[in-house]
Amino acid sequence: MTDCFIYDAVRTPRGKGRASGSLHEVTALELATQVLEAVRDRNELDTSAVDDVVMGCVSPVNEQGSDIARIAALNADYAQSVSGVQVNRFCASGLEATNMAAAQIMSGQSDMTIGGGVESMSRVPMGSDGGAWATDPTIAFKSYFTPQGIGADLIATLYGFSRDDVDAYAVESQKRAKHSWDNGYFDKSVVPVKDVLGLTILDRDEHIRPETTMQSLAALEPSFAFMGEAAGFDEVAKQRYPEVEELVHVHHAGNSSGIVDGASAILLGNKEIGEKLGLKPRARIRAFSSIGSEPSIMLTGPEFVARKALKRAGMEAGDIDLYELNEAFAAVVLRFMQALDIDHGKINVNGGAIAMGHPLGATGAMILGTVLDELERTGKQTALATLCVGAGMGTATIIERV
Amino acid sequence: MTKMENFTIDVDGDGIALITWDMPGRSMNVLSPSSMADIGTWIKQVAEDDAIKGVVLTSGKPAFCAGAELGGMEKAASGDGAPKSEEERVRAMYENNLGFNKLLRTLETCGKPVAAAINGTALGGGLEVTLACHYRVASDNPKTQIGLPESKVGLLPGGGGTQRLPRLIGIANALPLILQGKSLDPQKAMAAGIVHKVVPQAELVDAAKAWIKSDADPVQPWDKKGFKVPGGGPYDKGVSSAFVMGNAMLRKTTQGNYPAQQYIMSCVYEGAQVPIDAGLRIEARYFTKLLMHPASKNMIRSLFLSMQELGKGARRPQGIERAPVKKLGILGAGMMGAGIAYVSAKAGIEVVLLDTDLANADKGKAYSEKLLDKAIERGRSTEEKKQELLSLIKPTTDYADLKDADLIVEAVFENRDIKAEVTKKSEPMLSTGGVFGSNTSTLPISGLATASVRPEMFIGIHFFSPVDKMGLVEIIMGEKTSDVALAKAIDYVGQIRKTPIVVNDSRGFYTSRCFGTYVSEGVAMLAEGIKPALIENAGKQTGMPVPPLAMSDEVALDLAYKVREQTRKDLGDKYEPTAVDGILEEMVIKRGRLGRKNGKGYYDYPEGGKKRLWPGLSEIVAEKDDQPEVEELKTRLLYIQALETARCFEEEVVTDVRDADVGAILGWGFAPYTGGPVSFIDTIGTANFVAECERLAQQYGPRFTPSKLLKEMAEKNETFYGRFNPKATAMAAE
Repeated sequence: MTDCFIYDAVRTPRGKGRASGSLHEVTALELATQVLEAVRDRNELDTSAVDDVVMGCVSPVNEQGSDIARIAALNADYAQSVSGVQVNRFCASGLEATNMAAAQIMSGQSDMTIGGGVESMSRVPMGSDGGAWATDPTIAFKSYFTPQGIGADLIATLYGFSRDDVDAYAVESQKRAKHSWDNGYFDKSVVPVKDVLGLTILDRDEHIRPETTMQSLAALEPSFAFMGEAAGFDEVAKQRYPEVEELVHVHHAGNSSGIVDGASAILLGNKEIGEKLGLKPRARIRAFSSIGSEPSIMLTGPEFVARKALKRAGMEAGDIDLYELNEAFAAVVLRFMQALDIDHGKINVNGGAIAMGHPLGATGAMILGTVLDELERTGKQTALATLCVGAGMGTATIIERV
Repeated sequence: MTKMENFTIDVDGDGIALITWDMPGRSMNVLSPSSMADIGTWIKQVAEDDAIKGVVLTSGKPAFCAGAELGGMEKAASGDGAPKSEEERVRAMYENNLGFNKLLRTLETCGKPVAAAINGTALGGGLEVTLACHYRVASDNPKTQIGLPESKVGLLPGGGGTQRLPRLIGIANALPLILQGKSLDPQKAMAAGIVHKVVPQAELVDAAKAWIKSDADPVQPWDKKGFKVPGGGPYDKGVSSAFVMGNAMLRKTTQGNYPAQQYIMSCVYEGAQVPIDAGLRIEARYFTKLLMHPASKNMIRSLFLSMQELGKGARRPQGIERAPVKKLGILGAGMMGAGIAYVSAKAGIEVVLLDTDLANADKGKAYSEKLLDKAIERGRSTEEKKQELLSLIKPTTDYADLKDADLIVEAVFENRDIKAEVTKKSEPMLSTGGVFGSNTSTLPISGLATASVRPEMFIGIHFFSPVDKMGLVEIIMGEKTSDVALAKAIDYVGQIRKTPIVVNDSRGFYTSRCFGTYVSEGVAMLAEGIKPALIENAGKQTGMPVPPLAMSDEVALDLAYKVREQTRKDLGDKYEPTAVDGILEEMVIKRGRLGRKNGKGYYDYPEGGKKRLWPGLSEIVAEKDDQPEVEELKTRLLYIQALETARCFEEEVVTDVRDADVGAILGWGFAPYTGGPVSFIDTIGTANFVAECERLAQQYGPRFTPSKLLKEMAEKNETFYGRFNPKATAMAAE
């Protein structure tokens, strides 16, 4: 198998995913374009060397529809020979895109590819692409569909995480994110989003709330209690998990991932192309995996996919220096730490989506870049990035520095 | 022209054909095979006869049409007798179900305007025929019901209802009507957009004709170019949530046990995304799938056909003159006595409500007053009716007031001595040929009858609580009870509009005995260290109305404890102690947890809050590490009840499958989608049932050991409905 190396990783800062957000006036195409341009310019890349651009996008309709990866490559003035494909693995789309792009290299079918993703959640709201799972009675019934917030609360209920536990995790995420920003840990990868005049629109994650405290979070009402009770989703969850007497609703806007706009890209290639183009490999992709897990609780996949990827890499959980698990909901991370016995000091050390937001299609490649920066900064070797995924899945990637 | 049996055609000078549905020898039009054939005949005539310019369809009965003939559904499900491959059989059923829809399509696309003049109730297939008309005008009778009630008996509207109603009034409006089977009066139906106009009865046909003469459009909205479902399709805003939330609500309310509701959702979801012809095919497929599902077959049989037969006195002995009760004596004005007084007075029966204390008797009467005040509040009764009803109830402490009662029902404490005493005191007051009934729920009738000087006129009349809501009465034959007494009891149950079942004497009779096994099994699970929440959720998932531990709390733990103590005394050495005894003793004697009545049982009942399982349960029995699958618990909870029912057949406590199935559903809420415990066994197959019981017996104890009769039936591959077929028995007797 050919080794696949990461040569570069970039991301936009994340804008608040609503009409008042800084990136709302920037098209999804432009976000995707600017990260591709950054990859090209930072590496003085002859884009005709790129075989394929794989980009994750979760709501691929309207301006995000019809294969935004190819359209963005064209808009970024890549050589017309560069193909593009958009993929959807829900919240792990950005990481899945990276894995698929890496697979082309590892199988020897491509020399250089780009993985990444884009999501303008303010412009193309979540759910815009419909989907049979929740709506078509046949599958909704068969698979005990519940919205992901109910799944997160179910995790807290089953594994015993209290409101204080999840809120404390959220406060820490904010603290770590601020610390990382203040100390410039993200500077290497974040490329400011610019307007047509070349002026900067946003150069910093704007969802972050460093002033967050346990007290301020305590004032927030649980987000999914009403939906769980009034629409019957708690009952659906209990039918699937009949050992539960009542769901404990602990998640709210302050301990769940933020809705934001953003894009990311990772430059991948084999050893030869790097040498040929004079690029320095930063890390090797050691293994990756995706798995399916129980869809009703939906968000327990990271544990299982991490185990699978570790096994494929011939590693143990303890062999990983740093973990990055998307902070979809606090309980998802707490459960992962509990299941794999991971110290909080080794996971999401720079904060995560609770503080900085989760631009669905882009996040996977963002957190892979973040953890690579952190490995380099701290001189550590191995990292595992993973995300929980809609409909009960998980995707993970293990990298090691070279 | 082919002669029609059920319709007449009358073409007026304007060329408008008035087609009147009027089935001979019936009080109500139904969508029978012969009606459907006739509909085909007149549609053809209307389409082909140039002299006919338009059609008005109405009925010659007080109602328009009450729907399809449910009795024929079973036949439709099995197809005709010719041996066919499974695929051919399924295809034939599907084609047959699609056939009527194709017919209605030819009606609405015949090019001539068709108006339905809805002169009375139009339900199910009746409404579906009118939905295939271009215009609907209804007469202004507020008693007219308009709706699609199929889901209530486990069916779906198979005559285009799931396709035309959403196309007419929008998905979000149509779904609840179809899912809940709600009917509307004409004004509400007009407001909902189902009928176009409401007029006085006398103007009905003229109004329909006037519409036709007004340059009526003979094209349905859904046949027009560019048609969109009003409000949008399943993926449009405002509609998608009707599915997303609707799917969850449906799982919440059905526990996934009722295929009809789920298929209705699918018919609407899939059908609304395609042209109507494809939608009708989708509906016919799901309708066929539903007819093949055991749940719908069993539900129609028990909840409709058997219930109707029992209500009409199927179990009444022949050749005894009807003897409605004129004066009823009730002994004991507690909750049961008060309830019996209410339902009896409501049926116009003179009631004497006797108690040892006049204040108690008055309180018993006040219960009726309370119920009536509530009914008035809800517009379901009037002050005048209330006074009339109350005037029929006489509270008293004087046995002389019972004089000439033709039925006395005792509802005193479950204590043999007290019951014997009131029997002796009141019996002399009965009219000649009067009957004495005991409302005991546990004590054997033959034993109680020893206190009577005429045990042949002594019978068990077991009501369920709350009496005004529960539709079943269990009639218990003592050893010496006569057919005359039985006939009287059945006539009385008919008077108060409840469904009677007839069983023979046994401890707990039929219903209490079988129901008791459900509750005990739940407590047995607790004793094994199974998580209480898992037990309760398993109970809910079986389709029982209340989970076993919650039910124990309702019944009261000390009562269960006392019953066990009594049984232990009665049986002596033969009594086999169980794990349940230990739990009950711990709860009642050591912890003083008596159930809901003292706010502490298996649950805690915080004031103003939701009840929660008592956390201390884990102190009584530690939860084991290896918890079972919920399916295993569901199996145990349903099998133990069905097995007890089978034992009741063996002991001839029940003798009629209808009594067993209807009694179980109405009496203790046995999972209605199964059609009752007997249908449950038959659907599983006796041999499979026996094999599973044997496995359960090995794992959980001899209470699951299949009875001799079951084993014999399993060997012969017999079903209960085959071996105990009431119709075959009746025919043999004739």
